[in-house]
Amino acid sequence: MSGPGGIALVFGLPIAVAFIFFALAAYERRMGIATGPGFFQRNGMAIGLYLVIAVSFWAFFIILLPQLAMVDMSFRPKLPPSQMGGPKDLYTLENYRYFLFGSTTSTEEWNWLHIKAFFLTIGASVAITLLNFAICYPLAFHMAQSATAARLRVLLLLLIIPYWVNEILRAFAFRVLLSSGGIINQMLMGVGAVNEPIDFLGADVGLYMGLSYAYLLMMIFPLYNAIESLDRNQIEAARDLGAPWWHIHAFVVMPHAKPGIASGCTLVFMLTAGALAAPLVLGGPRTLWFTPIVYDRFYQAFNWPQGAAYAFILLVSCIVFVLVVLKVFRLSLGEITR
Amino acid sequence: MKTGAFQRVMFAIYIAIFFLYLLGPLAVMGVSSFNTSQYPQVWPFEGFTLSWFSDLFADQDMMYGLQMSVWIGLLVVAISVPVGLAGAIVMTQIQPRIRSTYYLVVVSPVLTPGIIIGISTVVFWRQFTGVTGTRFLYDGVVLTVLGQASFISAYCMLIILARLQRFDRAQEEAALDLGASYPQVFRHILLPFLKPALFSAGVLAFLSSFENYNTTTFSILADKTLTTVLAGRVRQGSTPAISALAVMIVAATLAGALVYEVVKRRADAAAARRQRAAIAAEETELSGDAGAVLA
Repeated sequence: MSGPGGIALVFGLPIAVAFIFFALAAYERRMGIATGPGFFQRNGMAIGLYLVIAVSFWAFFIILLPQLAMVDMSFRPKLPPSQMGGPKDLYTLENYRYFLFGSTTSTEEWNWLHIKAFFLTIGASVAITLLNFAICYPLAFHMAQSATAARLRVLLLLLIIPYWVNEILRAFAFRVLLSSGGIINQMLMGVGAVNEPIDFLGADVGLYMGLSYAYLLMMIFPLYNAIESLDRNQIEAARDLGAPWWHIHAFVVMPHAKPGIASGCTLVFMLTAGALAAPLVLGGPRTLWFTPIVYDRFYQAFNWPQGAAYAFILLVSCIVFVLVVLKVFRLSLGEITR
Repeated sequence: MKTGAFQRVMFAIYIAIFFLYLLGPLAVMGVSSFNTSQYPQVWPFEGFTLSWFSDLFADQDMMYGLQMSVWIGLLVVAISVPVGLAGAIVMTQIQPRIRSTYYLVVVSPVLTPGIIIGISTVVFWRQFTGVTGTRFLYDGVVLTVLGQASFISAYCMLIILARLQRFDRAQEEAALDLGASYPQVFRHILLPFLKPALFSAGVLAFLSSFENYNTTTFSILADKTLTTVLAGRVRQGSTPAISALAVMIVAATLAGALVYEVVKRRADAAAARRQRAAIAAEETELSGDAGAVLA
């Protein structure tokens, strides 16, 4: 997105969208569809302008155009600044080729290091999402259906306290807990279960615990909200009809809470797959989470186009994953962002 | 009956383990910040000390980062709250057929991984400032504020939207009928109604900005904030000074939350008092009328 084409896009896109809006409004007015006063009539000139400028600055300059610029850059070669926009600045797939083959020209060997890290990240994120669902569901159910008001307040407070501390410090807490001189190893050695301290961090126990810990709340609250709206009488009725407890959960509570489950799972999955702090602080020496690789493309290898390509791969796979999950559960996007 | 008791015990055990998992790491970190041991540890507890706290204040990088974080947080509040307000107002006015597209665009940053927001912000503004000759804008603080504003504005919008949906349009129309201009309606009716939501949005925006790492680490460039300094420290190795920082952050947020709660209770109490007074006034007026009729 460099050169005159880029500038045309940067300033043209907002204007084009605004034009389409006005054309649409004019068309509707002529057809007699629109009712009520027009936008500027309704808000007055000053506030109308403020609304238009604030929202279009946000939508275009902070959300849309940066994403487009990133995608655009991911298809360009790495060039010194002097050659940008020059004859060598052509669209290419070499950054994506590098992800697959570890080389921009040869296609002989697969880039196992990065491909494995990518699939490990996606797979582990799915596993952590399911784990968090399993951990949080009973508590969310209890909070929504059987806890008294006073108890609920205490539980909510206890849940929120750890999240006042930022991500890095939370990961650090796990490092303190699980390090070879940490309290868990001390206890294990104290009772004589092991002779040598266990290397939890090297074995990635710390990474997975830290990741699961980091996003527990994102699972609890959507679940709680969804289960809370279920009428208790339905559970009573099912119980009176002789349904065992797991029937009640599988056929009464979960179908009702489906949007909440999907939204909790989506949030946890997205956040885990894109997590950076926990992998940096807790990752063992042998494992590679995908996000630190993206980081290294940028600030170790200084290959921005490649970093952009890696980021785009991560973004697309997250989106595809979420859409597939929505399709499987027959939910619309509107239902989960509610 | 027996299964009921068994289930209760199982549930109690589950709750205990859950909260041990949730609060245990923090407790360990808290205790380690008062231990004289060079390495953050709880056991053996070698002796009580507050020196890690003074170490923290003597740490130039941390203090500089803290200052930057506060500064960036304030700028993000200054951008995100007005933008979120505009976003929410536009949401209620936009034609239904484009509303879903608009919603998708402005909510998408919430669901985009933070590193991608950071990367795209840096990539776009590097090119934009290069091409338009505004290189001075290509600065860690500016980029971080822009990057964070993308998703924090969406949080603000969602908070404000929730309150805006309870707004009674009749109030606005009444004011217009009484001769108020549009800016006056906005200033004297809509804004006061939205004030609590604007306040919570501001607090949330500041806190999210303050603790953000994923976006900031890309967009801050050569500068630093508290979280990026911290990340560097933690990667190098750990000292109990970092635990001390966590303890202080918990203490500060706890104090903030308490103040917020007290202020809110006072406001609620004042509102309740006003309402009672209004009802009482209305009642006396009504009984006065009744008396007049009887006479």
